[in-house]
Amino acid sequence: MYTFSNRLKIGSIILIVAGLLMVTYGFMNSHKSLEDVKIMLAEEASAHGGGHGDAHAETATHDEGHEEISGHGESESHAGEEAGHGDEHAEHVMHQIHNRPWAALYVAAFFFMMISLGVLAFYAVQWASQAGWSPVLFRVMEAITYYLLPGAIIVVGIALVAGDHIFVWMNPEMTNPESPEYDALVDGKSSWLNLKGFVIRAIIFIGGWSFYRYISRKLSLAQDQSSDNKNFVKAFRWAAGFLVFYIYTSSMMSWDWIMSVDPHWFSTLFGWYVFASMFVSGITTIALISIYLKSKGYLEFVNDSHLHDLAKFMFGISIFWTYLWFSQFMLIWYANIPEEVTYFVTRIEDYKLPFFGMLAMNFIFPLLLLMNSDYKRIPWFVVMAGLVILVGHYVDVFNMIMPATVGDRWYIGIPEIGSVLLFLGLFIFLVFTALSKVPLLAKRNPFMKESEQFHY
Amino acid sequence: MESSKVIQAIYNDDDVLLSAVKKVKSEKHHIEEIYTPFPVHGLDKAMGLAPTRIAITSFMYGCVGLTVSILMMNYIMIEDWPQDIGGKPSFSYLENMPAFVPIMFEMTVFFAAHLMVITFYLRSRMWPFKNAENPDPRTTDDHFLMEIPVNGNENEVKKLLKETGAVEINLVDKDH
Repeated sequence: MYTFSNRLKIGSIILIVAGLLMVTYGFMNSHKSLEDVKIMLAEEASAHGGGHGDAHAETATHDEGHEEISGHGESESHAGEEAGHGDEHAEHVMHQIHNRPWAALYVAAFFFMMISLGVLAFYAVQWASQAGWSPVLFRVMEAITYYLLPGAIIVVGIALVAGDHIFVWMNPEMTNPESPEYDALVDGKSSWLNLKGFVIRAIIFIGGWSFYRYISRKLSLAQDQSSDNKNFVKAFRWAAGFLVFYIYTSSMMSWDWIMSVDPHWFSTLFGWYVFASMFVSGITTIALISIYLKSKGYLEFVNDSHLHDLAKFMFGISIFWTYLWFSQFMLIWYANIPEEVTYFVTRIEDYKLPFFGMLAMNFIFPLLLLMNSDYKRIPWFVVMAGLVILVGHYVDVFNMIMPATVGDRWYIGIPEIGSVLLFLGLFIFLVFTALSKVPLLAKRNPFMKESEQFHY
Repeated sequence: MESSKVIQAIYNDDDVLLSAVKKVKSEKHHIEEIYTPFPVHGLDKAMGLAPTRIAITSFMYGCVGLTVSILMMNYIMIEDWPQDIGGKPSFSYLENMPAFVPIMFEMTVFFAAHLMVITFYLRSRMWPFKNAENPDPRTTDDHFLMEIPVNGNENEVKKLLKETGAVEINLVDKDH
């Protein structure tokens, strides 16, 4: 039995409290009035050193991007109006500044929920494929998925409370033909993108995932006590059924919870791309927690071949992620259709560092660090590579949400770091609480002997 | 030639072979070579063979392939005959790089795979029209053969091999 050490428990509570304080500060600090924003913009323009012409040109390019990307319902004619132009831009920037703490909170909440969901899918794959190597890690995986229900409810909760701070289509004015903020494209998609549908779908997604999580955990624990393999067979069937449900819902979830922040833009590959991200983050987290527990003297039955296999998955799925990322990018880049390509234009113009930095962290680092077979068995090496991968996938989510909500007003500052600390603390607290509830070895799993003797 | 005599012990099961190899190694006898009809998992470790370096060559060949593809596409599409495809005039390799990524990937894989196989054949001394080194044709079917050189300790080795479960033990004069 694992006991949740006091040091870790206090550490996670400190993270939650510090995160909460920083998030609160972020919200208080974002209440800028229009006048404040105008002063700020004027200061920025003069600080840039360029003359009036330069500053103006910059404003103009920003507006081009925003019109497509954030679609705050601005009329297309505003670029031509010289008089009201400055005011409109300032108002737009003010909205972006208001959006930032919401978006930062949402990115971090989604990231940790995504880890948990990825692990649940990985866990179901292990059952459905009747994998022989992994049963020694089942309790770690089950503990990580414990975070899924609270984590997913938090994500949807933030989405609903934030409303059009994150999801512009949640503004009812956008589908009202009388309103100046009317947007024909959003209106056209309103049979899917409406608040009622969003909530119903969220309930179906979270309900389905949590139901499978509950039933598989119950069967896995029951298998420990039983004398036959009935529970195992049942768990196998549930896992296979869940995977079908998961394939559809994970994809739809990514449309609802991520892709709809840019309601004008769409990509048919998006669901798989988000799936690859959550899968690799989840596997990395399994490896990190296993290494941590092993370093504390638990999980004595996990050997370096299990670690090797997890690292192989980290390596392989990182490349799979890159493959999907590039498939999405190259087609859009090549076809160069304005309504699609704005997505990458804003990211390359305003998000150069996170955009290309994420590629380096999610592809080049794992590729080079984990290529050598021997390095995959060295715990500290896997930890280093794993941390790079996790940060990389946080930035990946950041790049998905931020350009649509805060535009070029992004920064990794107090709201972002605070949100990460808050959810990291919550994640650690819940996962390790779940770990301490039951023995770490699923002792009656029919593949346990094979798994314990597993060697490469 | 000093020691050209070898003992060839034949086994008919890979598990028996594997334990025999461990026994022979623990008695400090040198194993010249083992012929098997299929790859036996863990045999290389039991024999104490050095780990393969083919992965390193594969990495290097991959780098060569990547370089070749970059130089090739740069020559074809940028220097020799730039074309305007989809409104993207090809005057800069870097700006058109995404279009060349599939080619860069394929050439990397192509070079790594093919050159690795060729290296493997050469390193294993296998080339066209070469006579098989295989001492007994049954090792291509269902038997395993272990070859141990003898230096006057013939009877001792024979006795040991008998104990390990060899189904047949022959003393062979190998003329080089």
